[in-house]
Amino acid sequence: MRTATATAFDGIVFRARGITKVYRMGEVEVHALRGVDVDLREREFVVLLGPSGSGKSTFLNILGGLDVPTSGHVTYRGRDLTEADERELTEYRRHHVGFVFQFYNLIPSLTARENVALVTEITRDPMAPEEALALVNLTARLDHFPAQLSGGEQQRVAIARAIAKRPDVLLCDEPTGALDIETGIVVLEAIERVNRELGTCTAVITHNASIASMADRVIRLSDGHVAGVETNASKAAARELSW
Amino acid sequence: MRIAPLDRKLLRDLWEMKGQAVAIAAVVAAGVAVFVMYHSNFDSLRRTQAAYYERQRFADVFASLKRAPNRLEERLREIPGVARVETRVVAEVTLDVPDYPEPVRGRLVSIPATGRPELDDLFLRSGRWIEPGRADEVLLSEGFADAHRLRPGDRLAALINGHRRWLRVAGIALSPEYVYVLPPGEMIPDDRRLGILWMERRALGSAFDMEGGFNDVALSLMPGASPEGVISALDRLLQPYGGLGAIPRALQISNWTLDNELKQLQSFGVIVPAIFLGVATFLLNVAMTRALAIQRSQIAALKALGYTNGEIGWHYVKWSLAIGSLGGLLGMGAGAWMGAGMIGIYNEYFRFPVLLYRLSGGIALAGVAVSLGASALGAVFAVRRAIAIPPAEAMRPEPPARYRPSLVERTALTRALSHATRMVLRNVERQPVRSATTVTGIAFAVGILFFAFVFLDVMTLLGDIQFSLVSRQDVTVSFAEPASAGALFELGRLPGVLYAEPMRVVPARIRFGHRSRRIPVTGQPAAPELSRIVDVSRRPVELPPDGLVMSKMLGDILGARAGDVVTLEVLEGERPVREVPVARLVDDYMGLTAWMEIGALHRLLREGGTLSAASLLVDKPALPTLYGRLKTTPRVAGVTITSAARESFRKIMAQNFELITVFNVGFAVIIAFGVVYNAARISLSERSRELASLRVLGFTIGEISLILLGELALLTVLALPLGLLIGWGLARWALTALENELYRIPLVVTPQSGAWSALTVILASAVSGLVVRRKLDRLDLVAVLKTRE
Repeated sequence: MRTATATAFDGIVFRARGITKVYRMGEVEVHALRGVDVDLREREFVVLLGPSGSGKSTFLNILGGLDVPTSGHVTYRGRDLTEADERELTEYRRHHVGFVFQFYNLIPSLTARENVALVTEITRDPMAPEEALALVNLTARLDHFPAQLSGGEQQRVAIARAIAKRPDVLLCDEPTGALDIETGIVVLEAIERVNRELGTCTAVITHNASIASMADRVIRLSDGHVAGVETNASKAAARELSW
Repeated sequence: MRIAPLDRKLLRDLWEMKGQAVAIAAVVAAGVAVFVMYHSNFDSLRRTQAAYYERQRFADVFASLKRAPNRLEERLREIPGVARVETRVVAEVTLDVPDYPEPVRGRLVSIPATGRPELDDLFLRSGRWIEPGRADEVLLSEGFADAHRLRPGDRLAALINGHRRWLRVAGIALSPEYVYVLPPGEMIPDDRRLGILWMERRALGSAFDMEGGFNDVALSLMPGASPEGVISALDRLLQPYGGLGAIPRALQISNWTLDNELKQLQSFGVIVPAIFLGVATFLLNVAMTRALAIQRSQIAALKALGYTNGEIGWHYVKWSLAIGSLGGLLGMGAGAWMGAGMIGIYNEYFRFPVLLYRLSGGIALAGVAVSLGASALGAVFAVRRAIAIPPAEAMRPEPPARYRPSLVERTALTRALSHATRMVLRNVERQPVRSATTVTGIAFAVGILFFAFVFLDVMTLLGDIQFSLVSRQDVTVSFAEPASAGALFELGRLPGVLYAEPMRVVPARIRFGHRSRRIPVTGQPAAPELSRIVDVSRRPVELPPDGLVMSKMLGDILGARAGDVVTLEVLEGERPVREVPVARLVDDYMGLTAWMEIGALHRLLREGGTLSAASLLVDKPALPTLYGRLKTTPRVAGVTITSAARESFRKIMAQNFELITVFNVGFAVIIAFGVVYNAARISLSERSRELASLRVLGFTIGEISLILLGELALLTVLALPLGLLIGWGLARWALTALENELYRIPLVVTPQSGAWSALTVILASAVSGLVVRRKLDRLDLVAVLKTRE
């Protein structure tokens, strides 16, 4: 077991090279990424740190197959995502990627259990929705609608929804951005637990520097560039964070 | 039962928009209802007709003649292509029904005393077949028997060849030849005023000097035989015996009417549902576009979770299909109910042994298919647009809507407009497609109403023209045989008759080049007082001293114009063939007609003051006495009473058109309500933040209502003229579809009809606007401002 893990740890999950992204928003042209080179490895917990507008979300969306770069290449376990068509990207998201968004993006007309079932319906070998919700300590709120849940609870439903498929990568876009510190820590604990117990390669976007101490590695983005990469000698537990 | 999470979402989302869903479903239902109503009636009528014709051996060719000896029958059988031959004696008589004051037209048709007719067999409803040797026994047509409550065993009198004879009703019967019974020379059926009586051949023959002869033929054809070939052979054989020209089944009046009705059902069954379903498709498109805009981030989330575009698209198309199915189901029920009601009306006019309402599986299936098709079509464009947005873009909120100063503001009026008015104008202009859609939808509601009201106007006008301008006589008397000038004098001396005007009607074939038509030529005084020719501008037409006057429709069919010389083949007496110039064409409402000044017609036929009918002006109190005398006047074949015809016209109007008008008003209200409600809900959902912000700034509910409803009011006002135009176009189309060789229908429009259509739609719009406006009272200011778009 130990060797297998060690081998896997050395493996590269994502290899991004020369990623640029330009998009139009209304009548404005936005240069979100200006040449980003990044690798993400098996079982790794990475924090992408940067101020708003630094291109973090765009980068994460490209890793998750939600967006395609204007130029450059991203490979996922050797498969070039930038060459993939719509159908292949959907297939990739369906079976390999778990997403958590800042605003949870739950389906308001479905209960917590049903929001998770939405994913377990369409994927191979999922957890039971109840099991995924138990992992984020929401067993008591299975049949509540999003509107009946607090922000932290909604975000934990989103995490349960993301991990129920046993994804290979978990991509979290400002998961605590809309939450107060107490709730934020509960959510981060859930993410930490998934990374630790399921060994899921996890990337968390934040503009909150204190979250960076949870990570194996911290990648700083600024104005569409990688401004620096740091490796934490020792990771802090989510419980120990404060901001 | 396990429901997939996406389907649960579907059900709950639908429940959330139930008001809109029901409003749209109602429009779909209206479309499916009319579809089912028209097509199920078409199907029921056509099947009944086919089965009836088959069982009773309805003939393929019909011909009347003066008199031919029975031995000619053999020659008729030898015509190539003829399968069966049935020769008959047919005579027009005046009937005297006990306890009915007016004289009534009767047609006596011979049947064999033993065995059944080879063709056009009767269906015996009640009583028994006539007994051989009983000259006074008849079978009576069911419609007539019902109208006069005559039953087997009852008696009625007939003036047969100048002698009044009592006839006993042996049985009540129906014939495929008389599914629809129209008194000759009239436009409106009336079961009380024309009875068909079937009588033993021998008895009828001796009464009308037809022993050993016949004056009417029906033929059936071998499979594949051409009716044209048989008709020309038949015409050649009958020509020496006073043949009046054979007609194919297609022109036989009862069958022609039925076929005409079927054709109308078919064309109405396409265009009317298409209007409703078109509007429903528009509504669904708008509603779905908005619903998908609201769910933009949910779509992005579903994509992020790995749902394919196909799965997400199908999910939303199902949304629309659910609304469509609800509408389809409701429409099916309503259509079956309305269809059964319509068959009830047909049962009043068409006499079949049984005409049952039948909604076939095929039509039900087609109804479901059109409702689903329309709703899928409504959804598919909105859905395709929504799922085409890349997920990363869908995740971001929509960029703020681009507004510009509106067109009105760019002109000089800027200063004069309030802020509320500006917001209304800019919003209308920013969404030109949606605004146009709403305007079109409301316009169709106005159009359907206007169409319904115009139809009432037209029918009223038609009645007025017919009974006030054309037929000004009280009574029309027609003779069995052309009568001498003395007959007019005698009519003038009947009790109460103030004035008698002669009419000479000659059966003829008018030929021009290779085209020809069998049309009677009517001779009248140049400027008649009573029975007049009236053109489309409602002015009486004076007949020139010479030459033929034709209706424009006949001129068009023959390709003849004023100044052309046509050939007139008279089908009576010596059967002269004459060349006659066309003096003028008259644009009138009566279909195919030809007239001549009566003196000119007499000169053409080289006869004296012969007449075949007369119009009478009668002193009203003397009418009952006159009716009594006419019942017993020899040689009178038919009496038409103008007031009775007017009464049956009025009755038909009341029965049919008022019901149809009620349906149309209902439909228009459904459409107007659906369109406006839908538009208001969408406006509210898009602008609740904006409106709540205005409330926070201190605007009153009244003021923000003005912004929300002002837009709808503006669109409704824009829709009114367009709607009147659509209604006018629909009426034009429908009247052309209804036009036939018997009559044309003028298109008239009264301001009242326009006003009522506009008013009804304004009212429906106002009510639906107010229903939505009530939601403004409950606008949660804080919550609305907090929600993230």
